[in-house]
Amino acid sequence: MDFLLASLIDGLLLGFVYGIAAMGLTLIWGVMNVINLSHGPIIALGMFGVYYIFSALGIHPYLALIAVAAGGLLLGGLIYFVAVHRVIDAPHLSTLLATFSVNMIIIGLGTAAFSASPRNVDFTLGSFEIGSITILGTRLVAAILAMFVTGGLYLFLYKSRYGRYIRAVTDNRDAAELMGVPSVRILALSFGLGTMLAAISGGLIATFFPFTILAGGSYELKSFVVSVLGGLGNPVGALLAGLILGAIEGIIPTVLPTTWVPVLEFVLFILILLFRPQGLFKTKSS
Amino acid sequence: MSIPTQTKASPPSRTITAVLKEYAGLLIPIGVVLFIIAWPTITGKDISREAMFTVLLSIALASSLNILLGYSGYVSFGHVVFFGLGGYVGFYLMSVHEWLLWPAMAAGGVSSGLLAFLLGKAILRLRGGYFALATIGINEAIRAAINNFTPFGGPVGMTLNFQVYKNYGGASEALWLSFYTLAAMTLIVITVSYFVRTSKFGLGLLAIREDEDAAEIMGVIAPNAKTWAYVLSAIIPGVLGVLFFFKNGSIEPLPAFRLHFSIEMIVMVMLGGQGTVLGPIIGGLGYQSLRGFLLTSPIFKNIQLAVAGALLLLIILFIPSGIVGWLRKRVPALRRVLR
Repeated sequence: MDFLLASLIDGLLLGFVYGIAAMGLTLIWGVMNVINLSHGPIIALGMFGVYYIFSALGIHPYLALIAVAAGGLLLGGLIYFVAVHRVIDAPHLSTLLATFSVNMIIIGLGTAAFSASPRNVDFTLGSFEIGSITILGTRLVAAILAMFVTGGLYLFLYKSRYGRYIRAVTDNRDAAELMGVPSVRILALSFGLGTMLAAISGGLIATFFPFTILAGGSYELKSFVVSVLGGLGNPVGALLAGLILGAIEGIIPTVLPTTWVPVLEFVLFILILLFRPQGLFKTKSS
Repeated sequence: MSIPTQTKASPPSRTITAVLKEYAGLLIPIGVVLFIIAWPTITGKDISREAMFTVLLSIALASSLNILLGYSGYVSFGHVVFFGLGGYVGFYLMSVHEWLLWPAMAAGGVSSGLLAFLLGKAILRLRGGYFALATIGINEAIRAAINNFTPFGGPVGMTLNFQVYKNYGGASEALWLSFYTLAAMTLIVITVSYFVRTSKFGLGLLAIREDEDAAEIMGVIAPNAKTWAYVLSAIIPGVLGVLFFFKNGSIEPLPAFRLHFSIEMIVMVMLGGQGTVLGPIIGGLGYQSLRGFLLTSPIFKNIQLAVAGALLLLIILFIPSGIVGWLRKRVPALRRVLR
């Protein structure tokens, strides 16, 4: 029973990080109907960002995260203008392949620059004991930071002028443009925010798991699952769904071999796509 | 009675050149592929046979995917699932039940076709990005399931006993046999692709690609047409999966269901020109030649993936209809002969 509880708490803490990774993906989908296939490599770049700032400059990983976030925001804007803007109104295949080619470029350059050997951010916050349950400090902090990021995103989207612009463009880009919203800049900003969230999640993951430049791939797939569970285009749903995925990853290994986890995750993913494509939390009318 | 049959027979004006012109859309692709097939015999090198094996495999897979992706516009991102599943079923029959290659290939094709048929009705309801995501999910789910399926060897997969190749006259004979079997399959796919393209069924698929709702109003039974296109595009990858892993000698979940391979197929279709018969052939040949060049070039060797990505991006942004589509647009005279 203690083992189950410990595993569940571990999974839930990780779920917060899955949540913000998926939020990045789902935000981009919601605003411009683009599935960002460069999501995984950007998560990996976030990991490397924290790694190099910490190990080369000796700056605290959580401070490094601020630089990583800013870098992610700028990189996303760049990707938008170089790869996405020209095909934003083309069929889905074009944006899928355009973002996939960005994926190839990042992985190609990343492999040449960082090699494929695994890295590890040599940093620990110790662990806490509550009763017989042990919680890793880095995971707890990651979950708390993920909550702050979510709160910040919420405030930005609902309380700031640019947030209102983003929501206007999401609802109807043409109408927003007619009302004087600079829609191209807003699309670039949204893409940047999406990649920023991916980079932050990567930076957080780097504080407790070893990684390579290819490590983003599995988190990209998890982000797909989480985004669909939470409803594509629904950032708050993504955080809740991240917790669900985390819980699944915590509970399943206590009853079945770990290798069954991806089977259940993807079967759930397909079932949700087929029977509840609007996600778990949204009613059809809203 | 004899009069109508006489008028039905070819009128004198239909000379050989006219027939050639009418079927140019089939003959040009077949000619290109025959040249690729003959290349190892021309050079007489084993290494060019291996290179052309990869090229033909790419052409056949890209052409099968094109039947769904190019004609009906549904983006199957996880198409490699059919290659992997067919390969696994056939490989299991060959290694455990000692089947010969050909019945195993047939079994691979049937199982992939069946999977596509069962999935088709359900997931083809989804459109655009949702369909693409679902196909990724299916590939990952089946890979993860096979990872846990002990009869198929779980995570370590299966291997063929080397003795098996004696049935085909030894290991080196088996390599030539694989090559010519693949050559035959490639010619079959291209012929099927051509006849789908020019048939009423194919016209229905093109209508779905342009506007599915309008197509349904005009009398295309979209769910059926899409499902059959999906099944058709799944069978050959299943057959070829068996052949590929037979030649390979072993099968594992990771190489069998590699998502990247799936995306490479899409890239080839896009490069050559989606929705055309010749396009996937040019795309497959072009992509593999480029890849070979980048992998061996001293300048690009380390960043070959990045260079390939940059080229892909340029194609998507500036020639979205691919090489054949671009030629058709630029040179009106080619529209009649290039399909």
